[in-house]
Amino acid sequence: MSEYEPTDTLDVKGLSCPMPVVKTRGAVDDLSSGEILQVVATDSGSMSDLKGWADSTEGVSMLEQEESEAGGEPVFRHFIQKE
Amino acid sequence: MSSDADAPVETTTSVEELRAQVQALETEVSDLREAADDGQKSMTIIATKGTLDMAYPPLILASTAAAFGWDVVVFHTFWGLEILHEEKSKNLKLSAVGNPSMPMPNAVAALPFMDNVATSMMEKKIEANGTATIEELIETSLDMGVDLQACQMTIELMGYDETEFYDGVTTGVGAATALQHMAGADVQLMI
Repeated sequence: MSEYEPTDTLDVKGLSCPMPVVKTRGAVDDLSSGEILQVVATDSGSMSDLKGWADSTEGVSMLEQEESEAGGEPVFRHFIQKE
Repeated sequence: MSSDADAPVETTTSVEELRAQVQALETEVSDLREAADDGQKSMTIIATKGTLDMAYPPLILASTAAAFGWDVVVFHTFWGLEILHEEKSKNLKLSAVGNPSMPMPNAVAALPFMDNVATSMMEKKIEANGTATIEELIETSLDMGVDLQACQMTIELMGYDETEFYDGVTTGVGAATALQHMAGADVQLMI
């Protein structure tokens, strides 16, 4: 499990590109400075896409990404902090 | 007076002039740097196709770029207008003919009902994969501030009415408007 305590969780399981990134943008906009968003996705492209988005977007940073399994399906968790 | 005595005076003046010139240039370079890097990237896409497969790339890129905070314009012209047409956008077709990825020969693909079969197959895959519909992507893009523009000339050419497009679509624009945005854009794509 992650060492980070998320303020909010965004569930984008079952959604594919571009929705995980697009919905993350909206959820991050609702956060206050310093708060952490956990994004839970099943799209394997989200590992690269959300990292790329966070790296080239002002005011957010990707703290951690982890891959786990739930019911035999891979689940990707992303911890994003609003700066 | 010898020429040696004049030399230092000329040198002093010239160094001062050079200093002033260097300072002016430094200011200019710093102004240009600031203007070139205003922090916001920009993208213009020209969307010209109205088949189901060609409607996705512009909308996916546009909504993602908006998530990056970019200033995005998608200029729709010719068959690209069908993407913005509220009714037609829900009924975009995939062409079975001339598509080597289709699991059927062209002679079969050319049968009258085959476009519908191919479209229906693709729609099922889209749903099963959790891929957003065209309608969802349009609504999302508009919500995120993407400027979806419908070319006025082709609206009239195709005999459409402006009220047939999604609310929030920009009409009354032409090539000059598209070019103006393209000229300042970091990314320009024709799809």
